[in-house]
Amino acid sequence: MNKLLTSTAVMLALCGPSLAQDYVPDPAAKQGGAIVMTYKDDVATLDPAIGYDWQNWSMIRSLFDGLMDYTPGTTDLRLGLADKYDISEDGLTYTFHLRAGVKFHNGREMTAEDVKYSLDRVTLPATQSPGSGFFGAIKGYDAMVGGTATSLEGVVVVDPLTVKIELSRPDATFLHVMAINFSAVVPKEAVEAANGDFGKMPVGTGAFKMKEWTLGQSLIFERNTDYWRAGEPYLDQITYEFGQEPIVALLRLQNGEIDIPGDGVPPAKFTEVMGDPAQKAQVVTGDVLHTGYITMNVTAAPFDNVDVRRAVNMAINKERIVQVVNNRAVPATQPLPPAMPGYTADYAGYPFDVEGAKKLLADAGFPDGFETDLYAMNTDPNPRIAQAIQQDLAAIGITANIQSLAQANVIEAGGAGTAPMIWSGGMAWVADFPDPSNFYGPILGCAGAEPGGWNWAKYCNADLDAAAVAADSMSDPAKSAERLKAWSDIYMKVMEDAPWAPVYNDQRFTMKSDRMGGADALYVDPIATVNFDYIYVK
Amino acid sequence: MPAYILRRLIQSALILLGVSFITFFLLFVLPADPVRQIAGRSASAATVESIRHELGLDRPFLVQYARYLGGLVQGDLGRSYLQKSEVSVLIASRLPATLLLMVAAIFCELAIGLTMGIVAALRRDRFADQALMMTSFVTVSAPQFVVSLLMLYVFAVKLGWFPIGGYGTFRHLVLPAITLGILGSGWYSRMMRSSMIDVMRADYIRTARSKGLGRARVVLGHALPNAILPIIAMIGIDIGVFMGGIVVVESVFGWPGIGQLAWQAIQRIDIPIIMGVTLVSAVAIVLGNLLADLIAPFIDPRIKLK
Repeated sequence: MNKLLTSTAVMLALCGPSLAQDYVPDPAAKQGGAIVMTYKDDVATLDPAIGYDWQNWSMIRSLFDGLMDYTPGTTDLRLGLADKYDISEDGLTYTFHLRAGVKFHNGREMTAEDVKYSLDRVTLPATQSPGSGFFGAIKGYDAMVGGTATSLEGVVVVDPLTVKIELSRPDATFLHVMAINFSAVVPKEAVEAANGDFGKMPVGTGAFKMKEWTLGQSLIFERNTDYWRAGEPYLDQITYEFGQEPIVALLRLQNGEIDIPGDGVPPAKFTEVMGDPAQKAQVVTGDVLHTGYITMNVTAAPFDNVDVRRAVNMAINKERIVQVVNNRAVPATQPLPPAMPGYTADYAGYPFDVEGAKKLLADAGFPDGFETDLYAMNTDPNPRIAQAIQQDLAAIGITANIQSLAQANVIEAGGAGTAPMIWSGGMAWVADFPDPSNFYGPILGCAGAEPGGWNWAKYCNADLDAAAVAADSMSDPAKSAERLKAWSDIYMKVMEDAPWAPVYNDQRFTMKSDRMGGADALYVDPIATVNFDYIYVK
Repeated sequence: MPAYILRRLIQSALILLGVSFITFFLLFVLPADPVRQIAGRSASAATVESIRHELGLDRPFLVQYARYLGGLVQGDLGRSYLQKSEVSVLIASRLPATLLLMVAAIFCELAIGLTMGIVAALRRDRFADQALMMTSFVTVSAPQFVVSLLMLYVFAVKLGWFPIGGYGTFRHLVLPAITLGILGSGWYSRMMRSSMIDVMRADYIRTARSKGLGRARVVLGHALPNAILPIIAMIGIDIGVFMGGIVVVESVFGWPGIGQLAWQAIQRIDIPIIMGVTLVSAVAIVLGNLLADLIAPFIDPRIKLK
């Protein structure tokens, strides 16, 4: 068993359940073995400041480390490159004490200077990092974005193994931010030597290091024998092969040529796979921090009327939509997915009640319904889901014309506020980190309601924004339960205002060959997708 | 001849300039924002604007286009928005696979298509002709995805003669090349058939026959070289098509060609890659046609290049 975290006595007392213990390794795990995984698309980049898709997310996690990390297979924070940290009384100063002797893949020892360099790099506009906004709470962030500084004022190197980070406002999610890929620690000399191509020549401190990359064909990771978590990882080598149709990957899995088809079970083959006991045994199911929802533009009639939005919520037959996606999801009751801390378990959501919905609509002044547009992405299964929604709405008198468009066009219409209703499938929110605040700001808060934002309902409730700020000021880990309650209340208020009709939460279906070992949770890790550091070959 | 080539090259350059302008313009007016693709879901409006500025996408269209052209004349295709790598490197890494498959596939198309076309022409309006033309109609209209998967399933999965997709050895090449050969043979066989029928009516064929030459010599020695001219022009066009990528076949067989690169770039609105691939395939079409025109006089001395 790995060492328990060696935080200060005060911190240990304060930590609460979310940081209580580290991972207990699988006793059957053994070192060695090489596995093959396939993907349809080539990997875009392995630069942790840039990579932001579900495919490179898990790879980057295996190549790099941040100050904080998550216990494998869970959403619980644990220590990463920091071996302890202190938070000041006011929640504005975080002091991280780094582990000694951690080496980058190039052999150099990692120091506090590298932490500072990495945070400066990700927030520098020239880096063009999509994750820059996560660091908005760090003092000096605005000057970085504004171009008047080239170094974050709030990040200070105290000594080679201590880095102090000052915030301009309390941010209870800050430890999560220090665990997100964007804050991974990178060596300056390797970034500079790569001359703009660090994403193709990554160097980190992670459990694996890159061995070989043949563009468009394959990518090979090999075990970092110097990894600071002793005894990890288990696999000697991972080969990712690209350009393979999911359906072909499945054939190769059956043929014993590959171990994990990265794109999962192809929808067209889902029923067949689940109907065959031998194949079904290879399937692993897990929760995704995802909610699929219908947005209703609250700034324009008729959806500016809350009763109309509630009526829509009551009209949607979620069970049937779940059937449309072959039961690869579970009906949703609220914006947060069940696996997310802060989820309100005893809330049943709006009931499916066609008569009630009709009555609500009539009371709202639409006894004969109305005509509107429902935008949806044009790839399967989204048009079919949009049709199911269309039928449900027709049952209460609403005529919804489906606008089935390419993803970028739907996002554009959503951001511009020209879409009365949008089915979010294919573009829905997947949490960046397991904290309830992550489902609010950009998609339900006032900031996201600006033109071009992701808050497609254009819902902006100043009271809730204030409540969100208050909740995120509770950085004291002892108040963690109180904070989650505050977030639960916020989402219950959202449901009262009903800017969304939550429809379902995706389930992830991954497959693995019979020789793969390790708990199922590692193959559907809520953070890493597949946790390569802990899976092994039997 | 040199003057002819020079004129054609200048024409080609103008065509490429036009292609680059139209493509750039279409991507500019596309109702989708590449910056939002880069910035991802969580980006604040400030992050989006900052990235837009860094990429120079907040400039007017003509300024952006001029900058792109400026790079282009220095051989710089720019860097991918999402991958951050040089587009020329990304395309170059895909070229060997694309060229290899192109040559092999055109060889298969010709082998299958020309044989079918010649036999059909010689058996004109008889059963063999009708059956072959029906077959060519089927292959031309067959969905690529289904044919590719069927080939893969039968010959790789069931019979195990070939690997299930991938790239690297001759055995990897056989199935995608034959699949493309079958799919593309229809065009060649129809073209060959009609060209052959025309030629067989010509006076010199009657002369050759009346001289008492054998059937094989008439067909192979006299008819074929004359009938093959339109085929050469068609190969020129085919080269361009292959260089633009054969997305479906490439993805079923896991062939790391340009088509895959282009398709992924289109999905992610990665404009520099889309521009790069478009230009490369435009160059290929232009050069393919030029080459076909240059070869023509060697096959048919009646043709003079002016």
